[in-house]
Amino acid sequence: MRLTVAGTQKDYEDGLTVAKLIEIENVETPAYVTVSVNDEFAASGTFETTVLKDGDIIEFLYFMGGGQ
Amino acid sequence: MASAMAFTNEQLERYSRHIILSEVSIKGQKKLLAAKVLIIGAGGLGAPAALYLAAAGIGTIGVADADAVDLSNLQRQVIHTTQDLGKAKTLSAQETMLAINPEITVKPYQTFVSADNVMSLIDGYDFIIDGTDNFPAKFLINDACVLAQKPFSHAGIIRFKGQLMTYVPGSGPCYRCVFKEPPPPDAVPTCRQAGVIGAMGGVIGSLQAMEAIKYILGKGDLLNGWLLTYDALKMEFRKIKLPVNESCAVCGKRPSITRPLDYEQAVCDLK
Repeated sequence: MRLTVAGTQKDYEDGLTVAKLIEIENVETPAYVTVSVNDEFAASGTFETTVLKDGDIIEFLYFMGGGQ
Repeated sequence: MASAMAFTNEQLERYSRHIILSEVSIKGQKKLLAAKVLIIGAGGLGAPAALYLAAAGIGTIGVADADAVDLSNLQRQVIHTTQDLGKAKTLSAQETMLAINPEITVKPYQTFVSADNVMSLIDGYDFIIDGTDNFPAKFLINDACVLAQKPFSHAGIIRFKGQLMTYVPGSGPCYRCVFKEPPPPDAVPTCRQAGVIGAMGGVIGSLQAMEAIKYILGKGDLLNGWLLTYDALKMEFRKIKLPVNESCAVCGKRPSITRPLDYEQAVCDLK
């Protein structure tokens, strides 16, 4: 299946969960990332059970604390 | 005040590049001169924001910061100079801003933002710029602005990356919609630990100033409902749609946060 992950289209195996995608994409600070799927937030407790489907658009939103 | 104000020749010249813009004109420049913007944190983000807002003629600019200028600040905090080392950042910022534009009012607040003072700090301001460097302060400013129904610009910078979003009351998500609560101290690297390229503050802080100016003018599209991310190494900007979180603890349908909260101070200090 084809997903759009952080703006880039890529092919992935069917049945991929959000948690597995975080692992495959080597997401920084995975415990604190916010994920949106098709412009809806994925609840953090559901990453293991949320199965992605062809055409889904996924964004990773990261904490960024600096500023001073 | 704005409507009664006639422009002097000097003002017409100072703001001529604004006034010639159809989106600004005399009317918009009067709005800028009558506006009040609070900048929390006179550092990497706050410094460029303060410079551009002062130059733009924002009539009243509050600057809140408790720190003094340190040598390690000068790689990015361009409102301060080597001669300012040891001086209160609010005072150093005020001097530079008034040197650029003596006709504005700069209000220095020599204090850290806390649950005790945040509501009175933001009171009376039209727009708030979060230029702080730690998550407890960022959540505090978000919650206070949501509770007081004040628009604000949130931003963060680290290494070669930066991001920002704008909260407009009743029109899109707040910071807490996206990130529910601060990460534990040290769980997410800070600038002090990970470094930041100095010009990143210039890029993102200037974008925060731009959001404030557009909000005051009532022109263009703001970053409410969007996170703009910038990766300098890839030289890539991305605008990511942010949904509203109806279960948000502060702006959701049944909010559990009804007053500002102090979180444990992150290990990242405020220098």
